[in-house]
Amino acid sequence: MDSNMDSMNMPKKSPFSMQIDLQRFEKATDEEKKQQDVMSESTTFFKDGMRKLMKNPLAVASIIVLVLIILTIIFAPLIVPYGYSDIIKVGGKRDKSAKNLAPFTYSAKEIDYMEETGEKLFPHIMGTDSMCRDYFIRVVYGTRISLSVGLFASILVLIIGVLYGSISGYAGGRVDLVMMRIVDIIYSLPDMLIIILLSVVLNETLANTQNPIIKSLGTNMVSIFIVFGLLYWVGMARLVRGEILKMKNNEFVLAAKAVGASSGRIIRSHIIPNCLSVIIITTALQIPSAIFTESFLSFVGMGVKAPMPSLGSLANAAREGLQSYPLQLVFPAVTIVLIVLAFNLLGDGLRDAFDPKLRR
Amino acid sequence: MSDQSTKSGSLVKVEDLKEYFPIRTGFMRTTMLKAVDGVSFEINPGETLGLVGESGCGKTTVGRTLLRLYKPTGGKVYFEGHEVNDRNMKEYRKKMQMVFQDPYSSLDPRMTVEDIIGEPLDVHKMYSSKGERRDTILGLMSLVGLNAEHATRYVHEFSGGQRQRIGIARALAVRPGFIVCDEPVSALDVSIQAQVVNMFEDLQEKLGVAYLFIAHDLLVVHHISDRIAVMYLGRMVEMADADELMDHPIHPYTLSLLSAVPVPDPETARAQKRIILEGDVPSPLNMPSGCAFRTRCRYATEQCARECPPFTDRGNGHMVACWEK
Repeated sequence: MDSNMDSMNMPKKSPFSMQIDLQRFEKATDEEKKQQDVMSESTTFFKDGMRKLMKNPLAVASIIVLVLIILTIIFAPLIVPYGYSDIIKVGGKRDKSAKNLAPFTYSAKEIDYMEETGEKLFPHIMGTDSMCRDYFIRVVYGTRISLSVGLFASILVLIIGVLYGSISGYAGGRVDLVMMRIVDIIYSLPDMLIIILLSVVLNETLANTQNPIIKSLGTNMVSIFIVFGLLYWVGMARLVRGEILKMKNNEFVLAAKAVGASSGRIIRSHIIPNCLSVIIITTALQIPSAIFTESFLSFVGMGVKAPMPSLGSLANAAREGLQSYPLQLVFPAVTIVLIVLAFNLLGDGLRDAFDPKLRR
Repeated sequence: MSDQSTKSGSLVKVEDLKEYFPIRTGFMRTTMLKAVDGVSFEINPGETLGLVGESGCGKTTVGRTLLRLYKPTGGKVYFEGHEVNDRNMKEYRKKMQMVFQDPYSSLDPRMTVEDIIGEPLDVHKMYSSKGERRDTILGLMSLVGLNAEHATRYVHEFSGGQRQRIGIARALAVRPGFIVCDEPVSALDVSIQAQVVNMFEDLQEKLGVAYLFIAHDLLVVHHISDRIAVMYLGRMVEMADADELMDHPIHPYTLSLLSAVPVPDPETARAQKRIILEGDVPSPLNMPSGCAFRTRCRYATEQCARECPPFTDRGNGHMVACWEK
């Protein structure tokens, strides 16, 4: 073990030996030894993953699309002089002729007004709807609603799922058994049916509430959040539990225990950070699913309350004039597709970049 | 070595330690796997007790149960004469630490070296300012031969030997009097093994820390240990002064273990007779009656099958559990 390999008295090689002749070797100089100490640039797991993500063209494209959409829904209402629920006014008077205009066209009254005053009116980028409202601003507000529902519902799912899954996985044994059977029961419920039932029931119970937050959101919106909080966390909880079961067997968890760390500390600072990539990826994939559910509910008339638009309710409204004005369906539908596709591709990109199983 | 037997001087005392794991052997049926079955020993301050035995004999479980990483099925552990139990364990985590076998999985890949070594300090709140924490960590790093500039790096950037040094620095952070070293060098290259083993010795000289050094390599254990204990199937079969055990082994299992140690000189090796044991290690789920080793022992008699041999002193602290020898 402690045999010192002193190069000064290297053994002489026997002519019949297959061994390497040790006398041909020379001792490494101190400078050469120093070269061993030089290490590569320090990279964190996060930096490494981001670098990989930026190399994925689809992921980068979806990031760009999402950033553009988010910038639009933040700044467009500040620039466009129309309201999402107001009939277009020309010179302070309601313009009833501005019905179902094609994109970038003006109504007869608007043209007269512009000729009279010489003032240029803001164009209707996506035309107007059957109630003489600017369609672009309605789509922008609809996207706002859909995106924020998707985001908040996913955050809700994230919090409940991670908490539930980590407790179940870390505790193990009987606790885990009971908690997972509850998940199995919730998993087997038909979710669409429950959503429809719940929103009907909640609509009635929440209808008389004085709570200003619930009032401004609309009871349907609140019921969507409740449904997500009740039903959709199970997938996340199962996933987190599985990851934690894997992590628990790592020696570094045992090492933290030997150091004297509490269970809470072990979960917080060792287990969750190591499961983070899986959690981020699942959340990114949860957002489009939530947007889709919201759009579907709005489409069947159980989503946001009129006149507040959502992408689903816009599509539903466009159905009536589909033969004459197909573009009114195309705009919200394309927006949904863009958002859902971008989030899905981004989620896939994140998985490729961060999933430890696909690394190396 | 002369004050071995004086009880007042021992740092760690283990009495009749037992650890059984329930194993599912069929539908609704569990059998107890006796990983450790009544092990007793003492370790004096600044001393190294080597623990050897083949894979699956319960060496690692002894170390982990001793530190209550597993809840012991039976037996008592004393530290400086005080019994260690669940309630006061957090206090003793500062005094008894562990170095793990696998330097790859025993360090959290998402933490910097600084945070890994600083974790025991954080848990026990052993500093009053950020600067003090950093100074302590850098001091520990230089103690185990790591550069200060490595503090902000992540473990995947280090070699196996360097990682094991990080693990040792973490164990030393709380200034323990006793460290369980669970096969700390078996995952390393031979050349690095020597460095790390020598570092363990240097640290013992500097800090006066006692080790329970678990390994399956007898030469490494002989090099570092003051005393050596040999385990077979969850029980201790022989314990003696390191040189005494190597030169005058008594138990037939120790004899066969020693004969399997590779000798660097081919001429001596040829002259030596190897004792090859017959059969396999019995399943710990289905242990033989009496002496666990009797199924492979050539001296086994009827008495060995009937009764478990007591662990008795054969003079000079040389303890052996055997009826025949």
